[in-house]
Amino acid sequence: MARYQFEPFDYVTPPELSGAGSASAPIIIVGAGPIGLAAAIDLATHGVASIVVDDNNVVSVGSRAICWAKRSLEIFDRLGVGERMLEKGVTWKLGRVYRGDREVYNFDLLPEDGHKFPAFINLQQYYVEQFLVERCADFPDLIDLRFRNRVLSVGQDETGVAAEIETPDGAYMLRGEYLLACDGANSRIRRQFGLDFEGRHFEERFLIADVEMDADFPSERWFWFTPTFHPGQSALLHKQPDNIYRIDLQLGPDADPEEEKKPENVIPRIEKIVGGRPFKLDWVSVYSFNCRRIDRFVHERVIFVGDSAHVVSPFGARGGNGGMHDVDNLCWKLARIVTGSAAPDLLESYNHERVHGADENIRNSSWTSRFMSPEPGIETAFRNAALSLAVDTPFARRVVNAGRLSVPCQLTDSPLNGRDDDVFDVPQKVGMVALDAPLSDRDDNATWLMSQLGGRFVCLVTGEAKAPAELPDGVELVRIGRGGFGDAEGRVQERYGDAVYLIRPDQHVAARWVAPGAADIRAALTRCAATITA
Amino acid sequence: MALNTEFNLGTESDALFNELLQAHEGLSREQSEQLNAGLILILMNHIGEAGTIREAVVCARAALDA
Ligand SMILES: Cc1cc2nc3c(=O)[nH]c(=O)nc-3n(C[C@H](O)[C@H](O)[C@H](O)COP(=O)(O)OP(=O)(O)OC[C@H]3O[C@@H](n4cnc5c(N)ncnc54)[C@H](O)[C@@H]3O)c2cc1C
Repeated sequence: MARYQFEPFDYVTPPELSGAGSASAPIIIVGAGPIGLAAAIDLATHGVASIVVDDNNVVSVGSRAICWAKRSLEIFDRLGVGERMLEKGVTWKLGRVYRGDREVYNFDLLPEDGHKFPAFINLQQYYVEQFLVERCADFPDLIDLRFRNRVLSVGQDETGVAAEIETPDGAYMLRGEYLLACDGANSRIRRQFGLDFEGRHFEERFLIADVEMDADFPSERWFWFTPTFHPGQSALLHKQPDNIYRIDLQLGPDADPEEEKKPENVIPRIEKIVGGRPFKLDWVSVYSFNCRRIDRFVHERVIFVGDSAHVVSPFGARGGNGGMHDVDNLCWKLARIVTGSAAPDLLESYNHERVHGADENIRNSSWTSRFMSPEPGIETAFRNAALSLAVDTPFARRVVNAGRLSVPCQLTDSPLNGRDDDVFDVPQKVGMVALDAPLSDRDDNATWLMSQLGGRFVCLVTGEAKAPAELPDGVELVRIGRGGFGDAEGRVQERYGDAVYLIRPDQHVAARWVAPGAADIRAALTRCAATITA
Repeated sequence: MALNTEFNLGTESDALFNELLQAHEGLSREQSEQLNAGLILILMNHIGEAGTIREAVVCARAALDA
């Protein structure tokens, strides 16, 4: 299997410096990592133009984010790359947890059928970025992607933002209405703004290695507490496409990163895990991690998105996935603001909803970190008690914490939520992402509920419920049953009951009724795009 | 009442586990042991069923590391 070929992207002298005039777009995006690229595409699907600048000219060196969760795949699908990712990625849903060399328990992350996307796929971040860059090219009039353009500083006033940018041909200024700081965990913009990155640093060091080998390991997540091949520490093995395996090894707080990274130290460790199979080292890195966020993600016209706003430990795959939720949440709001159909303070709901999401991610990944590297003494005693009870006592298996993998947070307290006639015995609630379900269209072709939602407000009417007599402008009716889409396997009935739902452009449920009138829908819609206060 | 060993901690189990560890922060080993002992006595009284408690003791003992 051929390894990934890193092809540098072309640098083009920007028009501001080539004498071709100056470009303009309402949105400046700093950083072409997964988050900045996804934001540019999401905005473009709303018809909003952006200029994306990145100081580099290659995709992520090293696989970095490999685990993409179901919800992120649904977002990527809305952006037009979900199926490509699914096809290339390794689908998995089963995790096994070992203590020593003995399996303590295993878990199935998506125990029910009837969803377009699986619980997780593994796909190297470099593929994701490449697919996103290629997708950007489908919007030549809306996305202006500029590599080797480094932002030096950012300024703003009531009328707009300005970024000072350095290129191989010199420096220039870009102006826009809003700027998205997608410049990663070491965000220069965050530092320039003097924002505290509050939270905790974990001293524990981890070795991360991608190895290429022909092996028939199943597509599962294997996690070991204190395996015999790596005494006293933890280890993780994960399969990626192209016969690449991700191996994470806990090293303890005192490990010397430079020393540990040397092949003569890495190779013997990996040999013990893979049991004598031949392998090649593809990428090695030693890291410790932080669980932190900035206080507010919105600073007037400068908006922090992804790792610039929050970082977590990698053990719940909540970094890249969390950033994708930010993009999903922000872009429809920003698009409405710059096109004049919503007031600027709609941005406050991005701050509210995504701070809530980041806190959930930080909490979960901190708890996992504590379980994986307990303090000596009583913390270790509790940890070991949970592990040894888990073998025969079912409850303890759920106390053992080898990573709580990314699931979407529930926006139960969102200021945008409208009414919830919660009279149905169904899992769907207001504030949750809509649950997917298989459908059949008028010609009896198979399709998915998620494919009918997103990008605009939808009034979803299910089962025996009656659609309102009229709908406000900008709300589209999607009918399941009664002459609309067919509920192919009865999942819509099971998940939604007989009700009327207002679904946001980010596929979250904003309100639900048994039998709303047009005025009810209008009220919920106004609430979603209306002025709210911090 | 037979001892319930199925998961029964709801959605807050990770939070509770973490709070349990937090309750021990800053304590000496002896104090930690006393805290645990106190907790067990409180919970034992709350359960109030001799058979259940005896079963729990056996279960925990069986799971001790060698
Ligand atoms: C070892 C490891 C494993 C991980 N595993 C997972 C996982 O399995 N699942 C998961 O969801 N997440 C994972 N993550 C986290 C994930 O990689 C990050 O959350 C994700 O890359 C964040 O994307 P981003 O676009 O916000 O930032 P980045 O990917 O860091 O992108 C920032 C971009 O901004 C550019 N930039 C920076 N400064 C400037 C400037 N001044 N001017 C112009 N451009 C600039 C950079 O060149 C870069 O391209 C992992 C991370 C690591 C390190």
